Amino acid sequence: MLVFKGLARAFLIYAGQVALLSFETWGTILKGRVRLRLTLQQIAEIGYGSQLVVIVTGAFTGAVFTAQAYFQFASLNMETAVGPVVTLAMFRELGPTLTGLMVAGRVGAAMSATIGTMKVTQQIDALRALAVNPVDYLVVPRAVAMYLSMPLLVIECVGCGVLAAYLVAVKVMNVEAAYFVANMIKFTDASDIAMSLIKGFFFAGIIVFISCREGLHAKDGAVGVGRATTKSVVVCSLLILISNFFLTMFLNILFPAGQR
Amino acid sequence: MDALLSVRDLHTAIGSQQILRGFSLDVAPGETMVLLGRSGGGKSVFLRHLIGLMKPQKGEIFFEGRDIVPLGERALEPVRRKIGMLFQDGALFDSLDVFDNVAFPLRERGLRDEAEIRRKVAESLALVNMSGHDSKMPVNLSGGMRKRVALARAIVSVPQVILYDEPTAGLDPIVSDSINHLIRRLQRQLHVTSIVVTHDMASCFHVADRVALLSNGSRYFLGTPADLRAETDPVVRDFVEGRSRPEDPGAGA
Repeated sequence: MLVFKGLARAFLIYAGQVALLSFETWGTILKGRVRLRLTLQQIAEIGYGSQLVVIVTGAFTGAVFTAQAYFQFASLNMETAVGPVVTLAMFRELGPTLTGLMVAGRVGAAMSATIGTMKVTQQIDALRALAVNPVDYLVVPRAVAMYLSMPLLVIECVGCGVLAAYLVAVKVMNVEAAYFVANMIKFTDASDIAMSLIKGFFFAGIIVFISCREGLHAKDGAVGVGRATTKSVVVCSLLILISNFFLTMFLNILFPAGQR
Repeated sequence: MDALLSVRDLHTAIGSQQILRGFSLDVAPGETMVLLGRSGGGKSVFLRHLIGLMKPQKGEIFFEGRDIVPLGERALEPVRRKIGMLFQDGALFDSLDVFDNVAFPLRERGLRDEAEIRRKVAESLALVNMSGHDSKMPVNLSGGMRKRVALARAIVSVPQVILYDEPTAGLDPIVSDSINHLIRRLQRQLHVTSIVVTHDMASCFHVADRVALLSNGSRYFLGTPADLRAETDPVVRDFVEGRSRPEDPGAGA
């Protein structure tokens, strides 16, 4: 019972810290006090720097999913269903989730490590001593860049997945191109794109606030920075996977699947 | 004269260790106060309280007559703009080169004229004998050079008060002497109020208007450098003359 109480308390403190950090960040964003140069640097780091992982993840997920779907559907003479199945899966689930996981691993870890190193080497104290708020200087540019980049990265991942699906289905598996495309368009609509973008936006918040919270609370030197980095990737990944389920259930009320 | 900085009955602890136990100190405008004390005795912790980087368990810190202890992060910013701090290890921003580190406070305070920024940065770097190192990254500087760049960053916006945490530690005697002269010059020419934490007795006697000795978390001695030289109390004498006692770790071995 005592252990449970301790865990519940630790969880509430952690959730409170992340919530306060996000309120403070949004407060600064809404007041328009965003450092443009730092934000552009972060967009380059997050958006441009994530191109390879996002393209490879999207393309090979789309390709392998298409191959598996084809093997199953071919026995039922439903090869042309591969297009909509893969496209819907990429838009609604795989694109946002896999992009979130990849960005959490690449960008979230870097955020925690950078801010954590600044924390343990007193650079954050130096910022505060120079009357510069660390949240405004470090977290706000990262948050704005992440909120702008993540939905675009998700769409890019989905696009690569769909393109790879087309190539594998049409060029390798000899599915009729016209049927593939026609079925894909018939069973996919704007609500699927909206779902993808909303999830990307939501996961952006998880990654940036968890990673920055971990960095800002790093202690105990290099070991502490390593610990903060690992924890940020683990917590972000778990939260993305868990919240994805609840988001899917909620968004399915707004954008019901199978109503086409 | 009214004190610019007035500390009353400051108590603070880190974890279970009580660091300050009712420390009080007044610093007059334009004065250079040297704070002496043993390593781990709470001198740096005291400095961090003066700029709001740490909050005490109890006590008050008045700056220009206003208690800064209850102020939050954002409310402290106007106070911090008037106070510069030299950190013990420099705390330079390692993603910025020397020039951008020193220019940082100017840019953050809204100075946009690049020619003016260049002039002020060059002036500050010259004061600490670091001209010509503008484009170096902090990782490529020695410990002493990092400290001098950090000092240039602390003085570039000419704050009303400068807090020096071990300004001469790790520096060669010649550079140490130039730092001591710089502290004096800032006081004479710009009437900067300084609080200098140090173990370096030569530096202490060179720069101090008054000296305070922190022992066991409270103020053990306060006086002028002449008073310090004349003091006969054994604790003060041991510190000034650098003598260990039998109960000190490693002493008498």
